[in-house]
Amino acid sequence: MIQLLSGDEAVARGAWEAGVTVASAYPGTPSTEILETLARFPNVYAEWATNEKVAVDVAIGAAYAGKRSLAAMKHVGLNVAADSLMYAAMTGIEAGLVIVSADDPAMHSSQNEQDNRTLARFARIPCLEPTDSQEAKDLTIAAFGLSERFDTPVMLRLTTRICHSTSAVELGDRIEHSLPPAARQFPRNPAKYVMVPGNAVKRHPIIEQRIIDIAKFAETFPYNRIENGDKSLGIITGGVAYQYAREVFPKASFLHLGMTWPLPQELIQRFAASVDRVIVIEELDPFIEEAVRLMGISADGKNIFPLIGELDPGVVRDCAIKAGLLPEDSRPQRVQVETGALPSRPPVLCPGCPHRSTFYVLNKLKVPVNGDIGCYTLGLVPPLSAIHTCGCMGASIGVAHGAMKAGSSERHVAVIGDSTFFHTGIPALINVVYNQSPVVTVIMDNRITGMTGHQENPATGRTLQGKETTEVEFEPLVRAIGIKHVKTVEAFRVEEVEKTLKEFLQLDEPSVLITREPCALLPEGRKRWVPLEVINEKCNGCSLCFRIGCPAILKSDELDERYQRPKALIDSGLCTGCEICAQICPRDAITFRNQ
Amino acid sequence: MNETINFLLAGVGGQGTILASDVLVNVGLAAGYQAKQAEVHGMSQRGGRVTSHVRWGKVVYSPIAGVGEIDVLLSFEKAEALRNLHMLRPDGLAVVNMEAIEPVTVTSGGQTYPTDDHLLAAFAKATSHVVYVHGAEIATKLGNARVANVVLLGALAAQVDKLGMAGMRLSFDIWVDVIGGRVPQKYIELNKKAFMAGWEIVKK
Ligand SMILES: Cc1ncc(C[n+]2csc(CCOP(=O)(O)OP(=O)(O)O)c2C)c(N)n1
Ligand code: SF4
Ligand code: SF4
Repeated sequence: MIQLLSGDEAVARGAWEAGVTVASAYPGTPSTEILETLARFPNVYAEWATNEKVAVDVAIGAAYAGKRSLAAMKHVGLNVAADSLMYAAMTGIEAGLVIVSADDPAMHSSQNEQDNRTLARFARIPCLEPTDSQEAKDLTIAAFGLSERFDTPVMLRLTTRICHSTSAVELGDRIEHSLPPAARQFPRNPAKYVMVPGNAVKRHPIIEQRIIDIAKFAETFPYNRIENGDKSLGIITGGVAYQYAREVFPKASFLHLGMTWPLPQELIQRFAASVDRVIVIEELDPFIEEAVRLMGISADGKNIFPLIGELDPGVVRDCAIKAGLLPEDSRPQRVQVETGALPSRPPVLCPGCPHRSTFYVLNKLKVPVNGDIGCYTLGLVPPLSAIHTCGCMGASIGVAHGAMKAGSSERHVAVIGDSTFFHTGIPALINVVYNQSPVVTVIMDNRITGMTGHQENPATGRTLQGKETTEVEFEPLVRAIGIKHVKTVEAFRVEEVEKTLKEFLQLDEPSVLITREPCALLPEGRKRWVPLEVINEKCNGCSLCFRIGCPAILKSDELDERYQRPKALIDSGLCTGCEICAQICPRDAITFRNQ
Repeated sequence: MNETINFLLAGVGGQGTILASDVLVNVGLAAGYQAKQAEVHGMSQRGGRVTSHVRWGKVVYSPIAGVGEIDVLLSFEKAEALRNLHMLRPDGLAVVNMEAIEPVTVTSGGQTYPTDDHLLAAFAKATSHVVYVHGAEIATKLGNARVANVVLLGALAAQVDKLGMAGMRLSFDIWVDVIGGRVPQKYIELNKKAFMAGWEIVKK
């Protein structure tokens, strides 16, 4: 049967067909849908882990225990899990272990665009890269086989365009994977699985030999293939760049690489010898290109195509024309466009977002705020403009602590979401307690992992499958680590948020404010949606409510007579009735829900 | 037909752009083409820019098309229509929903929202095949503002059909079947009506 699947769905399908038994992941765009899809298949245990390192350890444990397993994450998640990746590369596994890294060229929703093929090379493990959904499925299946054949974790590297593009996939059946009975007991093999120096010293040469062996295998790996065309130009490519290149150079010869590490040297040399000129087209780093040059082959690549950002057929064509690879007239004609200056549309907190009140208050208090990663990062966007640093998940608390220890004369605030707090916030908060600094930490508990599209987490009391489980509560946890000043406040109560923050900012000890209210898009949040109204006669266009950056508050065409300023208008299709605007309006010109 | 037919859908998070592109790619497949779709929605759940490419053809390699390669632009929002106009090929088709969703940069940041005159003039200069649809109004009349995206799909389908684009004559039924397969049972009738309403704007 043929079905349209996204790359993420195809990876899940491939893992299932390959008999995967355990899958663990932490959500992260563009990888999130892999586990969401796997969770719906039978005979697979799938879970949201608290972070990527935990997810990889879980998958490693299952692979040691003789079951095929998978861990999935966005590219930066692999930084968090790098320690685990490195030891798994040393120990090898009993059953197939696939680590999916979803990279994000162009940073559609990320803080950087690191190219994780380098991490595969660094760890001495193979890296497979699909060019569409069918290959995403096929290479996932191949990855499990490769993992077992060479006793190694395998990286499956995807990019946003592969993860979130849909194309046709031929579905197959699940083949249950089982080890011979003798291998079914958990291994008692410390020489292989206990990486103390004495054992690790003996493993290192093994993994160096392993990558050489895999490179030999890569010579005949069926997804590394030459597609003969015109001999004047030979293009080496992999991932989605292959599709762009095929589109732009319909006649050229291609070396399609399904395994981008290690590379098949003989195949590449044979291909290079068969064409007049070699170019490498790949997104981000000159990863293949540099390796090809080291083989003594002269090749063009990043001198023609950009190092930064995403490619697309237009970019590839423009660069090729500029380099004289294509005639000038191969550029599509363009329309004449006179759009003038368009208003920018930055990502914003939704109407009714429970995070809004805290940022409104923080902006008013003018304190330095160290942010973290989640919907609440959008507290950065004007007019809220209330975040001053944000680097990676879990950074907020440590950065605030460091700034205080550096003698900052101001009290620092750290804002962190519920899911992020579990991810990497807890050790940083324990550090604040242990080493004592008066950092004010705000745990923004919107009862969900919001930004990645609403995944359960330990605070929601539900699993990936929506089953009830133990709910981890913030207040007892935070008190147990030794924070004395802790308060939970309903996020929509602007005054109480303000009062508590002001109080905590006076303290000389660490404090934690938990702002709690379900995300406006959750069913619990939606239940209370009631649009509010502006009482026209009372509004004098003071514009205070515009300053909370709610997309539901618009400028009316009607001007206030006295001041000639536009009055406020609430879009009843967008307003959820959170009452934040109603609470801050100095003229009581916005109705409350019960009015 | 041409080698491929390339659609670009552009809107604001929460407008149903993704459902529409899902329908479009499945219609392509049902009509016997290779079909690919690629979407990008940035950091926000609602209120941010959303774009989606859909391509049909005998052979389709890339899931996205480049500047000047879009045959059909379907915009759910006026400012997004202008923002994506440069992607259209000269004299390509456009369907524009006449809805404004003012970003916060307009309400609180002092930027200005483009006027309708400006929008009409820019499109007139780029193509003679543009249809303006009041999707929300029509959908509200049918009983549910949320089917505006299907009204737009109806208009798009009729545009493609009317111009016999790329030699393509897709039966009305293909569209209706695909839509029917993607919405809950109790909304099928409503969605059919919405599709019809959009179709008739163009056919009349
Ligand atoms: C290491 C790492 N893993 C995953 C992500 C993807 N990611 C970005 S925001 C986010 C969710 C944050 O959820 P939460 O802290 O609950 O805040 P909310 O979005 O709900 O406000 C995730 C998982 C990331 N940026 N970095
Ligand atoms: S999805 Fe929820 S938490 Fe995220 S911005 Fe919207 S309302 Fe806020
Ligand atoms: S009550 Fe006010 S702040 Fe809340 S969603 Fe409605 S308009 Fe926005």
